[in-house]
Amino acid sequence: MINKGVKNADEAIRDIADNSVLMLGGFGLCGIPENCIAAILRSGVKGLTCISNNAGVDDFGIGLMLKTRQVKKMISSYVGENAEFERQLLSGELEVELIPQGTLAERIRAGGSGIPAFFTPAGVGTEVAEGKETREFEGNMYLMETWLKADFSLVKAWRGDTSGNLIYRGTARNFNPMMASAGRITIAEVEELVPVGELDPNAIHTPGIYVHRIFQGSNYEKRIEQRTVRK
Amino acid sequence: MLDKIGIAKRIAQEVQDGMYINLGIGIPTLVANYIPKNMNVVLQSENGLLGIGPFPTEENIDPDLINAGKQTITMMPGSALFNSAESFAMIRSGKVDLTILGAMEVSEYGDIANWKVPGKMVKGMGGAMDLVASAKNIIVAMQHCSKEGASKLLKKCTLPLTGLRCVKRIVSDLAVLDVLPHGGFRLLQRAPGVTVDEIKNATEGRLIIDGEIPEMVII
Repeated sequence: MINKGVKNADEAIRDIADNSVLMLGGFGLCGIPENCIAAILRSGVKGLTCISNNAGVDDFGIGLMLKTRQVKKMISSYVGENAEFERQLLSGELEVELIPQGTLAERIRAGGSGIPAFFTPAGVGTEVAEGKETREFEGNMYLMETWLKADFSLVKAWRGDTSGNLIYRGTARNFNPMMASAGRITIAEVEELVPVGELDPNAIHTPGIYVHRIFQGSNYEKRIEQRTVRK
Repeated sequence: MLDKIGIAKRIAQEVQDGMYINLGIGIPTLVANYIPKNMNVVLQSENGLLGIGPFPTEENIDPDLINAGKQTITMMPGSALFNSAESFAMIRSGKVDLTILGAMEVSEYGDIANWKVPGKMVKGMGGAMDLVASAKNIIVAMQHCSKEGASKLLKKCTLPLTGLRCVKRIVSDLAVLDVLPHGGFRLLQRAPGVTVDEIKNATEGRLIIDGEIPEMVII
């Protein structure tokens, strides 16, 4: 099996250049590539376009990369939880493109599947449809959306092996599998990296073919946004 | 007049045995607390879970298990986990039987606006546009009027739309109404203590009143 293991996040992201297009997995702060984000902060790379469902919070996740002004543009479905984000947006420092969540997921899936465009009902008759081709199928209207691809996809999984096979845990899976398939270079960080042969092939969520570099992350904080308990 | 809990309790009466349901953030999330215990339903969370369970105890909080509102949750026995593309595949293909969500405005044709107020910070539509474009049955939980007393049940929405002609039923603090296929809000029930005249005054869009309108029963 091909060994894709690298030492750490710094080595994994070494060739991310200014103005790259990144995909970052996660929903809210659940399933985000914490170690890669920390390494990007250290690298000082700038002008990034980040495709991610959300933009983190002020002091965690992509929010940290906003604070250091490393992000030029966000492509997301929901960006509510971040005061610095709002400030940069209103002052014009940050560009934002908002996309319906299912369309975002499918555009990334399409990018990783070799499908340049597809038709979806989401957004028909709304401002999301402006400038897009619409077409009728079986009496209903749909609009055309195109694929999304990235220079680098940064994904987080629970377990992985050195050939890049990945298993996610709980709802931390979210956007990670599609992003893994849509990156020109896909970097996976995992909580536990095991030798080839230790993962059950029946249980693999992302086959290693999509992953170019993999490392075992450290010090996962896994911050909770809305800590809610039973009364 | 119904408070938030009252609206959630009334919407829970719409739930039927065997349904797959997606609950939006806010009042819709509360509906889960009032679904009759003898009913078997499965709650879908668009971030990748079928089978949302109750909130966890302090001891079994798991940061890898959250709902679409980013709250910590548990899973019911028999749950299934999947990625976001698959989540919206089941939504788009009509597998989810019922979608319950909030709204800022609904038009008499069932257009819904709930994601953007011009001049205010735009947070994004999240999964709302995908949900309203595809769900077979959409029930909206909303306040009938704004704090200033302006009707939110309109001839035509004034805010940017989330979806066209998609809302089937509205449960507001004042009434239960159906949106008719050819336009108009048909009044089905009054909230406790609310008169038909009060509902008329609070509804800008075309209101259709057929015969006696019963008061809803909330237990």
